[in-house]
Amino acid sequence: MTTLPKTTTKKLGLVIDLDICVGCQACATSCKEWNTGGYSAPLSDHDPYGADPSGAWLNRIHSFEFPGDAATPGLADGKTVHFPRSCLHCEEPACVTVCPTGASYKREEDGIVLVNPDTCIGCKLCSWACPYGAREYDYDHGVMKKCTLCVDRIYNEHIPEEDRIPACVRACPTGARAFGDLGDPDSDVSRNVAEREGFDLLAEMGYKPTNKYLPPRKRVDPTPEPLPEAVPLAKHGSRMDALFAWVDKTLS
Amino acid sequence: MHPAYTVIFFTTASGAGYGLLFWLSLAHVFGAGPDRWTSLGALILGTVLVSAGLVSSTYHLGRPERAWRAFSQWRSSWLSREGVAAVATYLPMTGLGLIWLFGLSENLVTLLAALTVFGTLITVYCTGMIYGSLPTIRHWYRTDVPVIYLVLAAGTGGLLFQSFVDDYNLLVAIALVAGLALKMWYWMDVDRDPGKYTSEMAFGMPQLGAPTPLDPPHTQPNFIMREMGYVVARKHAKRLRTFAMVLLFGASVLALVGLPWIAVLLAGAAVWMERWLFFAEAEHVSMLYYGAQRA
Repeated sequence: MTTLPKTTTKKLGLVIDLDICVGCQACATSCKEWNTGGYSAPLSDHDPYGADPSGAWLNRIHSFEFPGDAATPGLADGKTVHFPRSCLHCEEPACVTVCPTGASYKREEDGIVLVNPDTCIGCKLCSWACPYGAREYDYDHGVMKKCTLCVDRIYNEHIPEEDRIPACVRACPTGARAFGDLGDPDSDVSRNVAEREGFDLLAEMGYKPTNKYLPPRKRVDPTPEPLPEAVPLAKHGSRMDALFAWVDKTLS
Repeated sequence: MHPAYTVIFFTTASGAGYGLLFWLSLAHVFGAGPDRWTSLGALILGTVLVSAGLVSSTYHLGRPERAWRAFSQWRSSWLSREGVAAVATYLPMTGLGLIWLFGLSENLVTLLAALTVFGTLITVYCTGMIYGSLPTIRHWYRTDVPVIYLVLAAGTGGLLFQSFVDDYNLLVAIALVAGLALKMWYWMDVDRDPGKYTSEMAFGMPQLGAPTPLDPPHTQPNFIMREMGYVVARKHAKRLRTFAMVLLFGASVLALVGLPWIAVLLAGAAVWMERWLFFAEAEHVSMLYYGAQRA
């Protein structure tokens, strides 16, 4: 049913730290690896090793240059920001309500937005409704694909407990991605968001994304403190120190 | 937005078909409908156009065999509502067809014609609202979008009806001129609107200034870029707009002087161009992540 749940018990989502992300693409490849071999059909590619490769990816990592702001301390220099982008599992996802078949839905128990690949007709209207470009059409499967928040990992009792997090979070070598319940103000992710002033993308559109982004930290001024003036040892030392200093100076 | 020919054909053909059925049924509601066989001919042409459009639209789907599922979510989805309205409108259309084909009692004609008028209006309005309800595309998220769909359907369908009954020249010409005027206003208005969403909003870090793309996530265009990032050269768009406006104006003049069969070709071409531009010129908010500054 494409009617949205009034509230969800949990608000599972990701927190992405733009200060830490190095743009290594490990999360993107890990996402592709898990989701192409998981439930439903593979995430199809076309001409993957040729001159014009394309395919369905549920997580894409952009890199941008931000000019910074000369007037603000700590932001004066420009910044390279690596920017991972995937479904934000909005609280009010327009992609769900436009779906004519009910294939798109938001789960009441944890807020994950999913597509049922068995009932999707591939009309692509949900991808038009999403402002984040998070949904990708699978040309071979004929249905829409999107981030599932690795719903087939996080509750999966057949894999080791440490693997029961989304593949992208598991793969991130720098710890730039965190997974948790953003509906619980005491969860680690929520605390981190509060502390670091995490923000929404395109909050102006009103879809209330669950995933949050943490801004790059302000740069600490790298100029070192001036050292205290060097004082010759001899002036303060004992007579023996002075003697050794004289010997040292004479011999060297 | 990528202009999909299946969808352009669908809205052009079914728009004209519903327009024809609208005029035919409206004439019958007022007791001024044409004779039995002319009515049947018009009804068949309208049904063929509508059905061809609907069939064409299923080719846009990745899974056409599941199209029936689209009737279920009418509570929230305009696309679903359109499907339901289209199928529901077939019922009174079929009733009228049976009455005229077998020469049955005409008692029910007024009621069935009224239902058909109602159904065609709702169906075309739903088509327009599929686009008019998407805040991600400023060229579509406008109250005049469904109105333009309705008026252009009435214009093209009116020319077809005029061809059958050789009457209503002035009314049809007015519908076409109204479509022309609305579209001219639409183009003027979208041109002066730079879009209210900026790349600063998209990245949520206005303190860092406006970003410029450094490395894309992939070497070749992806689905999002091909579907949402379609760009038409401004000078080509301007030329096509002029063609469409001239053709619509020509069609309205021909309607007025009573040459609807030629006019319908001009109006059909005009609406085809207008629909192509409706997609090609539409800018999607997701392109803010691919270098667009505003959308």
